[in-house]
Amino acid sequence: METNRYVLNKALAQMLKGGVIMDVTTPEQAKIAEAAGACAVMALERIPADIRAAGGVSRMSDPKMIKAIQNAVSIPVMAKVRIGHFVEAQILEAIEIDYIDESEVLSPADDIYHIDKTKFQVPFVCGARNLGEALRRISEGASMIRTKGEPGTGDIIQAVRHMRLIQNEIRKIGSLSEDELYEAAKELSVSYDLLKYVHENHKLPVVNFAAGGIATPADAALMMQLGAEGVFVGSGIFKSGNPAARAQAIVQAVTNYNDPQLLAKISENLGEAMVGINEQEIKLIMEERGK
Amino acid sequence: MPIGILAIQGAFREHEMTLDRLHVKHFQIRQAKDLDQPMEGLILPGGESTTMVKLLTDLKLFEPLLSLITSGLPVFGTCAGLLLLAKQISGTDKLGFQTMSIRAKRNAYGRQLGSFACEGHFADLGIIPMVFIRAPYIDSIFGKTEILAIVNDHIVAARENQQLVTAFHPELTNDDSVHKYFISMCQKNKKS
Repeated sequence: METNRYVLNKALAQMLKGGVIMDVTTPEQAKIAEAAGACAVMALERIPADIRAAGGVSRMSDPKMIKAIQNAVSIPVMAKVRIGHFVEAQILEAIEIDYIDESEVLSPADDIYHIDKTKFQVPFVCGARNLGEALRRISEGASMIRTKGEPGTGDIIQAVRHMRLIQNEIRKIGSLSEDELYEAAKELSVSYDLLKYVHENHKLPVVNFAAGGIATPADAALMMQLGAEGVFVGSGIFKSGNPAARAQAIVQAVTNYNDPQLLAKISENLGEAMVGINEQEIKLIMEERGK
Repeated sequence: MPIGILAIQGAFREHEMTLDRLHVKHFQIRQAKDLDQPMEGLILPGGESTTMVKLLTDLKLFEPLLSLITSGLPVFGTCAGLLLLAKQISGTDKLGFQTMSIRAKRNAYGRQLGSFACEGHFADLGIIPMVFIRAPYIDSIFGKTEILAIVNDHIVAARENQQLVTAFHPELTNDDSVHKYFISMCQKNKKS
């Protein structure tokens, strides 16, 4: 039987469902994340909140730092490349990364083209704000989607907006008649076949996580109740008062997102959440990157 | 024939869809209170075993599930589920229920680039599709464990009494024969 890489890569995302993927910058943080129950870690030199604070061009992390994190944990290790920077992706593939995040958190390398992800053996996750962006990334070979949210802010509003919009558009596509799909595909600038999948299955053809601005167990449960299949937590953990306790609580919140009693219990005594920035105060809008 | 599916993390939905195709009743186990209902079999799905061990403990599911397994409830572990049942795992002391006489090797084929799909013989069911995702394999068996499948010289499926494990993911394919095998284990156990 011929091995279909894309099927295997989609399957790894399926194994991550119901889990929390945490941003980490050191092997020590990676171990804290793993011990707290993270289903994967995202290795990066600076978490989004610090990227915002530092300004300047933000790039792929040092492969040596990523390798140190790979050696520290047994869970999958992901890392970010700039939008369109296929050589950064080649480098991450060379060190056998488990998942590449072609991410708007870093400075885009190409303002027109995303990476042709079908040329790679390793899987890619990409951000999306709406169904059109999600299906275009999938056409390019992404085997997992996440909302963009607005990373590094601790403000959940954009992630909610993106998840609601994607779910809303999926429901609308599901309700169209088959002959209306051609026009819908044209309007969304997506392939007819992918749209037909959404029409028939009422879901994306790949796993869909929430990301960007998740800072509390309640935020994580909110995203799950809105239809996320798991969450990425970036700055929310290691920018908070007690990272280990907060990480554990968010992991439990994702498992039991429908149980307010349990959510109340695990939300106690977590120390300070990250301070965060409100939507109106943001200078750099990352979600605008990559359409 | 209600089957409980551990639904704390991972690919539990795929097992639900397989059982739906087989018209077998099932329910999700997310908390200890979910165990207050009749259960004739237990599925431990694929996902991240370290995440599951942590959550089993935090959600107070570990002890009740362990006593169900040791009292002879039929259990089927895929991938991470195999690691949860193994008595030994090479190179780590992070262990789960430790009820099945196997020594497992985690991430045995390396990182995601080592993930693969193939076809292989499974017990007397003939050739079935097998999907391995950052999979473990079984280094060695002891006790009463029987080998059910071997791929590339490594043991990838085994059974000890009422415990069935596969390193691969039958729930990711359209071939339901391994699930049927497990359901017949549950049915025989109910009769005896």
